[in-house]
Amino acid sequence: MATHRCNIFMLAFVLCGLTCVFVREELVIRPLHSGDIYASFQFRTLWDTDFLRGISHYRLFPKSLGQVISKFSVRELHISFTQGYWRTMQWGQPFLPSPPGAELWVWFQDTVTDVDGAWKELTNVLSGIFCASLNFIDSTNTVQPSASFKPLGLGNVTDQRFLRYAVLPREIVCTENLTPWKKLLPCGSKAGLAVLMKSEKLFHSSFHSQALHFRPVCQDWKCKSTVLELRQTLNVVFDLHTSGQGKREWSLFKMFSRTLTEACPLASSSKVYVDVTDNPQGELFELSPTTPLLSQVVVLGDRRTYSVYDLTNQATFGQTRSLNMLLRWRAAENMLRPLLHGERYVAGYGLQTGEIHTLMYNNHPYRAFPVLLLDTVPWYLRLYIHTLTVTSKGRDNKPSYIHYQPSKDRLRPHLLEMLVQLPPNSVTEVTVQFERALLKWTEYTPDPNHGFYVGSSVISALVPSVVAMDTNSTRECPLFSSFFPCKEESSYFMRVYTEPLLVNLPTPDFSMPYNVICLTCTVVAVGYGSLYNLLTRTFQVEEPSPGLAKRLANIIRRLRGVPLL
Amino acid sequence: MGLLSDPNRRRALTKLLTRLNAPICVMCYLAGVAWFMGLAFEPFTLRTYMSENAMGSTMVEERFPAGERALATGREFAAHKKKVGGMPVDWLVKTMQSRGLEVFTQSFTRKLPFPDENKERYMVRGTNVYGILRAPRAPRTEALVLSAPCSEGNNNNQAVGLLLGLAQYFRSQIHWAKDIIFLVNEHDLIGMQAWLEGYHHTNTTGGDWSPLQGRGGSIQAALSLELSSDVITSLDLVLEGLNGQLPNLDLANLFYAFCQKIGVLCTIQGKLQRNDWDTTSGYSHAAQTMMLMVLKQASGRPWGDHGLFLRYHIEAASIRGINSFRQYKTDTTTIGRLLEGMYRKLNNLLERLHQSYFFYLMPSLSRFVSIGYYMPAFGLLAVILLLRALDLWVQLGASPPGTEDGVAGGEQPSSPGVLSILTPVVISHMTGVALYTLPILSQEMAVQHFPVSETEAVVLTAIAIYTAGLALPHNTHRLLQGEGTEEGWRVLKLVALLYLAVLLGCTALINFSLGFILALSLVPIAAFITPHTPKALSAAIMVLLSPGCTLLYCVFLFQELQETPVSLQDGWMLFLSVISQGILDHALYGSLVYPLLALLIYPCWLLLWNILFWK
Repeated sequence: MATHRCNIFMLAFVLCGLTCVFVREELVIRPLHSGDIYASFQFRTLWDTDFLRGISHYRLFPKSLGQVISKFSVRELHISFTQGYWRTMQWGQPFLPSPPGAELWVWFQDTVTDVDGAWKELTNVLSGIFCASLNFIDSTNTVQPSASFKPLGLGNVTDQRFLRYAVLPREIVCTENLTPWKKLLPCGSKAGLAVLMKSEKLFHSSFHSQALHFRPVCQDWKCKSTVLELRQTLNVVFDLHTSGQGKREWSLFKMFSRTLTEACPLASSSKVYVDVTDNPQGELFELSPTTPLLSQVVVLGDRRTYSVYDLTNQATFGQTRSLNMLLRWRAAENMLRPLLHGERYVAGYGLQTGEIHTLMYNNHPYRAFPVLLLDTVPWYLRLYIHTLTVTSKGRDNKPSYIHYQPSKDRLRPHLLEMLVQLPPNSVTEVTVQFERALLKWTEYTPDPNHGFYVGSSVISALVPSVVAMDTNSTRECPLFSSFFPCKEESSYFMRVYTEPLLVNLPTPDFSMPYNVICLTCTVVAVGYGSLYNLLTRTFQVEEPSPGLAKRLANIIRRLRGVPLL
Repeated sequence: MGLLSDPNRRRALTKLLTRLNAPICVMCYLAGVAWFMGLAFEPFTLRTYMSENAMGSTMVEERFPAGERALATGREFAAHKKKVGGMPVDWLVKTMQSRGLEVFTQSFTRKLPFPDENKERYMVRGTNVYGILRAPRAPRTEALVLSAPCSEGNNNNQAVGLLLGLAQYFRSQIHWAKDIIFLVNEHDLIGMQAWLEGYHHTNTTGGDWSPLQGRGGSIQAALSLELSSDVITSLDLVLEGLNGQLPNLDLANLFYAFCQKIGVLCTIQGKLQRNDWDTTSGYSHAAQTMMLMVLKQASGRPWGDHGLFLRYHIEAASIRGINSFRQYKTDTTTIGRLLEGMYRKLNNLLERLHQSYFFYLMPSLSRFVSIGYYMPAFGLLAVILLLRALDLWVQLGASPPGTEDGVAGGEQPSSPGVLSILTPVVISHMTGVALYTLPILSQEMAVQHFPVSETEAVVLTAIAIYTAGLALPHNTHRLLQGEGTEEGWRVLKLVALLYLAVLLGCTALINFSLGFILALSLVPIAAFITPHTPKALSAAIMVLLSPGCTLLYCVFLFQELQETPVSLQDGWMLFLSVISQGILDHALYGSLVYPLLALLIYPCWLLLWNILFWK
């Protein structure tokens, strides 16, 4: 049966002709050191077409998205919705990093003339598609990074005029964002891996992130023609303490309250990977059912071993016709020392000034490497850029490249990009002082005492790799290992997001407008009015009115032209 | 305002004010004191109510079950503490880690300016241990703090046990929206100061601490827990923080609401609430509670570990378990449930606590006096100073009747006037500066020459300088050319009155209690002191009402109100230790009461002393 279906697919690929769509789906399960468990879904649709030719038939590619992309001449689009913060110290590196809240970055085609207009419209359309508040993206939170966000797909246009980047740190991600995201999948949530995505379980977790990446990529290793790639990813971390009920074991059913029964019929490949690298002899945990299929993949600078369950093969499901993997923990370990991680906080007290500290840790024992730091700060925190300091190991560390765009009140945010060399085994601290602006009273959010968010800073780096990286990304390697293109074997690309900041601004007491109006009116009317009166009036001593005789005498004297009495 | 622009009516008004000045001042003083005493009378106060919507209507369930296990953990902690002879850092780190927290430590050292004899410490070296419970699906922007001090001896072991128990219980719950930081701080306030400064990366008092590794964003609220027995009879809420700052009243309301809900006896200033407000004893009970709060607030020192949070705009309070001989006992599970409920509600907060009052006095836990009610008491005292100043101003304007047309003749006597006024002002302030700096600077010299300890040296030097200031008026005049004129002392007194009015007004805005107590003692002498009053009697009254003596009375009054009266001898020793504590609070935590008294209030009093001995 399975081989039969495979043959049908083969036939389809041969016959597909002009426009052809390949779908792959994948689930990676990685038991984390902290005892939590990381599940990462990836769905890839490859479409051999060119939007510029004007298409009306989208086949497996989601039409709603395809139309938007062709209308706004989008070359690359990356959007992520994240609830929670990725804990690098406990969980290691994610396959696809994303900042808390919503992140959107888009490269437009170089044929677009009005990029700002297209961006504005695009955000509003995407806001509708994903049921998110992306319409709050405007010029005050959009930047054009010069170096941090290079195109991930093919193409040689790297002029930042065609790039727009925005983060909404306050965006809350929930089921209403998940449903439209699931609808874009070729099989919806009806079959394949997507049946596992039950929102009540996905949101009973420590971390939830869903993303969508659209970009042009090479069709094969010769790279003669390009295809469009749409990747949808969903990353979840389940917490052992809150959902394990004390038992140290995991199963697919426990995580998702579903088991797998079939692959998506439209997918050419459908696999489940379980990371067993740290568990060669089964000391850390016990996995059942076991699979004979093992795969070695180089990912994030490390060679990992995975047990592979191929869902297109009926034998995987066994007698019960369902796959329910089980992990039983045996030991737990402590915190990790990831090669690179970042931290950020606000220092100082009071509501006038403050200082943003960004810490970047290089935990490599002997290799220094450069990182690009991107900071976007809203205009209402007025950065004193002359106070910018970069220190590592107690010494001044001069950035080799600084791109700074000052903010304009109510128009655009601060943008600060720096290329900093991180010495081995060190902490590099970037500090900059700021002043908190007093907003106009209509500019405060509905709950102003909650504070105002500053988006995560982005640290992008080429990190020295322990093992040789795989530079040929078009080979049939798993999806999770092939997102960031790799140019050289000795290092790999990594992006780290720091935590967003919550900053309190001086906030008036909005509950007392009546009192304020009364008081102001009284002060103006009584205090100011009378004081002004007193100050401007000239006082003259009034002579008592002269008697009748004197007045008569004065009339006569006036007639005579002599001085009056 | 036609009243002022019309010269005739203005003249009539000033005449009335100058003629009736003394009776009006006496009336104002009495009315001020009466108003203040009336604040404790229940019909005049407001019942507390929850202003914050997020904490009011939302229901939370308290299900903390593991009080016994928490006590066992506390005993284990005590054993390890005894073994190590201080903070059992390794054990705490391991225990917190096993409960699923992210654990970090911070070490700090602090050299005190002089040995603290109350707590027997000089070179302080310690470690804070804290574990962060990361809220699921929250981006590390907000945090709550629960802290318990690791005290010397057998104290507070139960608090640490309960803290660890709560950490374990909270870790298994999914509904946390803010990170919760569980902090065990060594050397109480010094450790807390180090931790807070490390967290906010500030250094206000020159301490030496290692930077923090883990943070949870901006802290929204904090509670400090002190518990020294397995069962307690009541929980005491401590609010007074550094420089008389108070947390938002909603935090006190929250505590009170949960005590009512769970059925725990709760007290404030260690005093239970009484229902018989219409009896004399009921009123005096409320008045005592309020006076205790006023005295504690006026002292400007943090009365619990929470006190230092307030500087960072973090609402914080200390909860202290008290075990007395009452029948009704509460076990640890119940306290755990109370804290769970409070944290669940704080977790629901959307904004920082800001809805309720920040300035208030509490005659009982369910009643409060807001700033609008207590400020008139101070205003009535402060207006005396202005009335006297007005009186003097009118006298000064009227005294040289013949000089109006002779312009050159008017300038002649005024030029020595400036010097004669400036000299005492400058000299008084120099004395103030000496009082502020010399005690600590000269402690070594004092220890070498006199058989006293460093602490005694500091305190006795301070008292010596304070007393030496009394001799100033006799020596100041040598610097002056010629005799002081009648007009001279009037101008000096006018300056002193306005200076004192501004000083007390500003103090009362920040710390009402301190401003009110100072006004109570300084306003009468400022109002009625002249060179013509009988010297000996006036001098005695002035000394008895000087800031130093006020402090002494406050010490006795405080002991009396706490129902632990002391003998004169003990009172004096207590007085000395209060002075040393005040200087230490300033050096360690940045309390402003000592510099305020030394640099501003004392020189102001010296100006009045100068007027008395004007020649």
